[in-house]
Amino acid sequence: MLNKIYDWVDERLDITPIWRDIADHEVPEHVNPAHHFSAFVYCFGGLTFFITVIQILSGMFLTMYYVPDVENAWKSVYYLQNEVAFGEIVRGMHHWGASLVIVMMFLHTLRVFFTGSYKKPRELNWIVGVLIFCVMLGLGFTGYLLPWDMKALFATKVGIEIAASVPFIGELIKVLLAGDATIIGAQTLTRFFAIHVFFLPAALFALLAAHFIMIRRQGISGPL
Amino acid sequence: MHRGKGMKFVGDSRVKANNRMVNMPKDYSEYPGKTEAFWPDFLLKEWMVGAVFLIGYLLLTVAHPSPLEGPADPTNASYIPLPDWYFLFLYQLLKYAYASGPYNVVGAIVMPGLAIGALMLIPFLDKGPERRPSKRPLPTAFMLLALAAMIFLTWESVVNHDWEAAAKQGEIKEQVDIEIDETAEGYLIFTGEQGKSCIACHGADMQGGAAAPALVGNELTAEEVADVIHNGRGAMPAGQFAGTEEELQVLAEFIASLKAEE
Repeated sequence: MLNKIYDWVDERLDITPIWRDIADHEVPEHVNPAHHFSAFVYCFGGLTFFITVIQILSGMFLTMYYVPDVENAWKSVYYLQNEVAFGEIVRGMHHWGASLVIVMMFLHTLRVFFTGSYKKPRELNWIVGVLIFCVMLGLGFTGYLLPWDMKALFATKVGIEIAASVPFIGELIKVLLAGDATIIGAQTLTRFFAIHVFFLPAALFALLAAHFIMIRRQGISGPL
Repeated sequence: MHRGKGMKFVGDSRVKANNRMVNMPKDYSEYPGKTEAFWPDFLLKEWMVGAVFLIGYLLLTVAHPSPLEGPADPTNASYIPLPDWYFLFLYQLLKYAYASGPYNVVGAIVMPGLAIGALMLIPFLDKGPERRPSKRPLPTAFMLLALAAMIFLTWESVVNHDWEAAAKQGEIKEQVDIEIDETAEGYLIFTGEQGKSCIACHGADMQGGAAAPALVGNELTAEEVADVIHNGRGAMPAGQFAGTEEELQVLAEFIASLKAEE
């Protein structure tokens, strides 16, 4: 049955080459923990992606209740945390996932660095990876404000002051992020929400796509 | 590549007919070493690693509910801010003499910028063919140094932060919902000329503020309230009440009557 559906689609769209590109390849011995246990260090990239998927899913569910508005943001998070069925679990996964993804991504970066995997011909993929790192930090920074509680507000005040200390364009960055030259308030919250939910995820998807296409094209780096 | 006459397509599309690749992995003998097919063998193992990881992740989630402090109050000037833990080392860096104040740009921009820039450009700085860490001492040493610095700064930041005060300043304050009888004698004294300095901190709604606790829902007797008004307590100075002793007694009894309902 499944084979017939596959053949029916394949006859019209010729999807077998796509399938081969995604899944049909060999995994070399030196990255397989079944052969060398120390090869578990090659798991960190995959785990980073795994948590990223969880972050996307849990984030989608959070937006069903979250209200990006100074009056209701904190109340909606409080309600989500204390009243909604499994709300505490979904928010908990998003909260802890945000930390775990940084840990896993950092370990992945260190693995690539210490195995020298950024060297020719993989320079571009390394740069894309560092950009993903920056986007993830941006997601962490913008997401921290959204519950609109005390620590969120004051940590963001500090963060925006640091951004404002950039020579020449600091003031512009500050106004772009905060929506106002002096107030951290309603505008800041909606902007951070938009950045956290639309702008940075869009950038992240594009960078991840580039990252994965390059890995499939170049293959994983050889043994040391 | 096959072109032109004799080619068959699916319908009027550009997808070639009768030219499909067989969906079968290459023979293992075409690869050296002990390789393994990604699909489905290796992916199954990755899923098992993912499942084990997910269990740990869920245990963390159920054991430690994600924190939520009280709603943001921009008027609170005494709040000591703290960023998320992975920014702590940057935050700590800004506390040192030559990375803050007039040198703020060094700690906030130059040092993090150099670090990210060097990280981004490492493929062009370290161009040799050697990949083993021991064969390229400079990149290895710089990375280990950066790691040590980040761990040290994070550690310094954690031990120098007053975690008890931080937990206290962020507490969610229960809003006590008690009907205040606005015609009571005690309330008139509170909002009158005698109680000016009361309202300044505790607010006309008696809900308190950044500088003082709420008066509604207190757990004191009238004598204890009178004592606090006379002698002060905590941040509250003594002798703030401007009325007579009788008025003070009425006020104390009124405040003591504002109990939360059981």
